[in-house]
Amino acid sequence: MSIEVSSISKNFGSFTALDNISLEFPSGELVALLGPSGCGKTTLLRIIAGLEQADSGRVLFHGEDASQRHVRERQVGFVFQHYALFRHMSVFENIAFGLRVKPRKERPSEAEIQRKVHDLLNLVQLDWLHDRYPAQLSGGQRQRIALARALAVEPQVLLLDEPFGALDAKVRKDLRRWLRRLHDELHVTSIFVTHDQEEALEVADRVVLMNHGRIEQIGKPGEVYDHPASPFVYGFLGSVNLFHGRVTGDHLQVDEHMLALDQHTLSPDTQAVAYARPHEVDVVRPEPGATGIPVTIRRILAFGGTVRLELERVGSESTENAGTPIEAEIGRDRLRELGLVEGEQVLIQPRSARVFPVNANESHQVEKAAA
Amino acid sequence: MTAATILHQPVPLESSRSVATNEPALVRWLLIALALTFLTLFLFIPLVSVFYEALKKGGDVYLKALQEPDAWSAIQLTLITAAIAVPANLIFGVAAAWAIAKFEFRGKSVLITLIDLPFAVSPVISGLIYVLLFGAQGWFGPWLQAHDIKLIFAVPGIVLATIFVTFPFVARELIPLMQAQGAEEEEAAVALGASGWQTLWRVTLPNVKWGLVYGVILCNARAMGEFGAVSVVSGHIRGMTNTMPLHVEILYNEYNFAAAFAVASILALLALVTLAAKSLVEWRFGHDQKTSIQEHAA
Repeated sequence: MSIEVSSISKNFGSFTALDNISLEFPSGELVALLGPSGCGKTTLLRIIAGLEQADSGRVLFHGEDASQRHVRERQVGFVFQHYALFRHMSVFENIAFGLRVKPRKERPSEAEIQRKVHDLLNLVQLDWLHDRYPAQLSGGQRQRIALARALAVEPQVLLLDEPFGALDAKVRKDLRRWLRRLHDELHVTSIFVTHDQEEALEVADRVVLMNHGRIEQIGKPGEVYDHPASPFVYGFLGSVNLFHGRVTGDHLQVDEHMLALDQHTLSPDTQAVAYARPHEVDVVRPEPGATGIPVTIRRILAFGGTVRLELERVGSESTENAGTPIEAEIGRDRLRELGLVEGEQVLIQPRSARVFPVNANESHQVEKAAA
Repeated sequence: MTAATILHQPVPLESSRSVATNEPALVRWLLIALALTFLTLFLFIPLVSVFYEALKKGGDVYLKALQEPDAWSAIQLTLITAAIAVPANLIFGVAAAWAIAKFEFRGKSVLITLIDLPFAVSPVISGLIYVLLFGAQGWFGPWLQAHDIKLIFAVPGIVLATIFVTFPFVARELIPLMQAQGAEEEEAAVALGASGWQTLWRVTLPNVKWGLVYGVILCNARAMGEFGAVSVVSGHIRGMTNTMPLHVEILYNEYNFAAAFAVASILALLALVTLAAKSLVEWRFGHDQKTSIQEHAA
């Protein structure tokens, strides 16, 4: 079932949680609502579920206005961050709950309930836990039971609120893959909320980036990562380096250095900020003829497939670039080739940099998000 | 005192105590001896003396004192009062706790304060208020007389005063518990298609059942033992409007010690049963709490 929200607004007192949001979730897709805490993503999810009432705007299920429909009539499966399993019921009874509370006419027979619950338990691979209580399960197991419980009523839509937020890193990663596979099997229209960009990019068909109650960008994971539409998105999806300067043709003048830019539409002499990801930053030795921005190597983090360099600008104390740390990511081979040591001075040259006009407010947010 | 206290009790760590907080043996024994002496003097001896005085003149006198019609009517009236007041406050308590813990509305803090009022006011004052409102010279007195309804110096007045005094027990017990549990399980239930009633019976009440039982026990203990408020509204009519605590006082004032202590022993016995029930529930409750603490820690 497709979902559409149109011009949804929601305020909590003087705080604007959602500011005129319109969005479409096509049938059968797994969409991630991604954003920092307080961006309104959970509120939007709860409004779609009917757990929260929007101040204005409409929620359409399959083209029909469902705004006035009560939660219990919306046929949504909702998975909570803290599972919200019924603590006094066994795993079996938790999953059976949705079937047992149906009106007598629609309620399946006991044998039918038994069959269905065990099918679901097999689907989440936890049939052996059917007589346990929630307190006896691990976090990952609880979340899978919560999902099975939500699926028991055959929802038209599956809504997941930070489903892996309370789990540790390893379990999180496993469950992510598992959720993706499950979605590929069931094809239920699913929306999940997360503040973890890696999670969103890895699991979702499409990512909706939100900030301050507005939508910043919508797109496939690859698209939003490679072509961020705003400084906010740039900063939120992975780490990023900022270079303040003035546009001159296809270059940005950063202090006394020139930085090659990607295609842009800014007019010359505009004050602008260039964004480059760590892996797009080249490091060279300051030999004669070499160009780039001089930096000091503060730390070399040599673990994993690539090496991260924490760098500090040299000689920019008096400019707005002062104090901005720079991060570069280079291959292990390249590190060996250059023979870099901590404390050394080198030059950096971004291979690719996207430029956005200066907007004090926005660039501030990016720095915060990148930190 | 309430579930909140139980909630905050630390889960004891195995048997070994931290060396850092251990006191020398002498200090420990001294403190324990002090506590025991105090308990014996102020709690145990009075309790034993109640039963001793009651049975001093033999079992026959004891039984006769209880079979005396006025005593018997006092016991009945006490039980009837509790049987009305406790269910009434049970329903009110659940409704108020549910509203306060699960919903946001205007005047919520006013309601919480109002619930505490009976604890804050002296029981004698609460009794007096009823007399002022419903007594012959009271605000509603003439109207009640005109309609031939007798509240004050009659059983309905006693029940009303008891309900007022025992008002906060169940609600006070449930509010912190329900607030700690949040509304997520209810939301999950509703999203799964449960109606309001189904959510209440299948999710909310089972989750607070031990807190509820605990509140009811405390409420019952107070309902049977209340003296001040009931004394003001009852009128002390023998065989009519005397509850057990009032009857004990009357007998005592008449120097009928054996009978006074016999009735008192029944009250004390009821209190002991209540205490036992309370301990049992606390134990079960603590057990449930521990599992839910583990659940949160996991």
